[in-house]
Amino acid sequence: MMSNPIKISAKDLKAFYGPEQLLMSLNIDIPDRQILGIIGPAGSGKTTFLRSLNRLNDLIPDFRIEGSITLDGQDIYHPKFDVVALRKRVGMLFALPVPLPKSIYENIIYGPRLSGVGDRKKLDQLVESSLRSAFIWDEVKNRLNSPAMRLSGGQQQRLCLARILALEPEVILLDEPCSGLDPISTAKIEEALTILKEKYTIILVTNNTKQAARVADRTAFFLMGSLVEYGPTGELFTVPQDKRTSDYITGRFG
Amino acid sequence: MRMPPKYTQLAAQLVMGLATLATLAILVFIILFVLEKGLPVVGLKFLLSNPQDMGKAGGIFPVVVGTILLTLVAIAIATPLGVGTAIYLTEYTRESRITRVIRFGADCLAGIPSIIFGLFGFIFFVTILQMGWSILSGGLTLAFMILPTIIRTSEEAIKSVPDSFREVSFSLGATRWETVQKVVLPSALPGIVTGVMLGVGRSIGETAAVIFTAGSSLRMPTSLMDSARTMSVHFYILAREGISTENAYGTAAILVITILLINLTAYGLMNRFVAKNN
Repeated sequence: MMSNPIKISAKDLKAFYGPEQLLMSLNIDIPDRQILGIIGPAGSGKTTFLRSLNRLNDLIPDFRIEGSITLDGQDIYHPKFDVVALRKRVGMLFALPVPLPKSIYENIIYGPRLSGVGDRKKLDQLVESSLRSAFIWDEVKNRLNSPAMRLSGGQQQRLCLARILALEPEVILLDEPCSGLDPISTAKIEEALTILKEKYTIILVTNNTKQAARVADRTAFFLMGSLVEYGPTGELFTVPQDKRTSDYITGRFG
Repeated sequence: MRMPPKYTQLAAQLVMGLATLATLAILVFIILFVLEKGLPVVGLKFLLSNPQDMGKAGGIFPVVVGTILLTLVAIAIATPLGVGTAIYLTEYTRESRITRVIRFGADCLAGIPSIIFGLFGFIFFVTILQMGWSILSGGLTLAFMILPTIIRTSEEAIKSVPDSFREVSFSLGATRWETVQKVVLPSALPGIVTGVMLGVGRSIGETAAVIFTAGSSLRMPTSLMDSARTMSVHFYILAREGISTENAYGTAAILVITILLINLTAYGLMNRFVAKNN
């Protein structure tokens, strides 16, 4: 399973918010074109880690990072590294779907337009292909110009996924993407992910351990800012090496 | 003894209902009063002909043009300055002593009586900068007068845009400015328009600051360096000097109708914009 090359690598990663330390010296290698599931109780640093990968934490005053994260071997926190370009390579799906107050079509082309894609035909193609990959094309193809806010929650989240795919990224970060969704919408997102991993590196933070067991190739268990255990999903869920991991996945705490 | 909640609820509803009714009644009364007194002299001829005999006879065409020009100048200067300041305060700086000082300054500026602005405009624009009594001097003075309102309403509007919109925009590879331009400002537009409309209303209704800076010439202005008289000033002079009560009310009626029309158009456009996106 580890045969895929390393896409992202965090070395001795520490994160601070003011005086508080959120991540404790994390080391993790994330292979290309697989789904990494990150599980752990609330406050374990899952989301902080995820948001460090596209430098979205930069927006928070008093947030500070030490150590390094590399994407294809390049340090993304290097002063000369282009943050805007990074975010186009590393897309992010948030816990709650956030369609921008624009039409469905305009939501999808938001990213591509910023990158300078202006050709209508190319944009049309991009809209169709990304909506198809997110399993929502058939539901919206006849109302691309209606406001995205009018879609249902499950549809909105798939629209947001499509919006990321339109960036043609390399990595997709998902922060508990199904926490507010019904089982059918969740199934659709999971189905999309298992297909998308052939083209993208996917990192899925989830509160739902079963979801990690279903879709993740490798799973990491975070606890209080530390990486407790990391390995192939099958092994982690059947023969966990650490007692805390087995306690968590069997529901003894968390 | 305590009244049962059922009655206090009823009483509260009644009191607040009456307060609303009273407010509405006063508004309607003022508008009807002005229209009733003014409408008899109002007509296309009144609107589109030149005043004669200091305004005793004839129409108010140059006054209408002067009002429009002066307001346009004020808005054209105050909107970019005000919205720009609001964007800077909310999006580009962290809350600090400096932003608090700027905000405090804006609040103080908003509380200064308009005649002080008039005096300042007279000394600074008319005399020191030698712009004379002109639409430009008046427009600049009004712009400074309405600036605080536009800053504060825009700031509130921008602050009420959910942070999640900004986060999404950044996560899709937008820079801060692109986020402001494409997401924040469109979402904040209704609030910003409200602020600008308040500014328009104040500009059109202002008398003291205008007399000092734009003068009160009744001639048709041909450039921004010409002196001009606004409807409010015209009304003031006609009424105060006892030139013509009828024409004073006629002017007032047009003033009221203009403000109503501007507000209706602005809110209509805004509703359409909001409905399109939500």
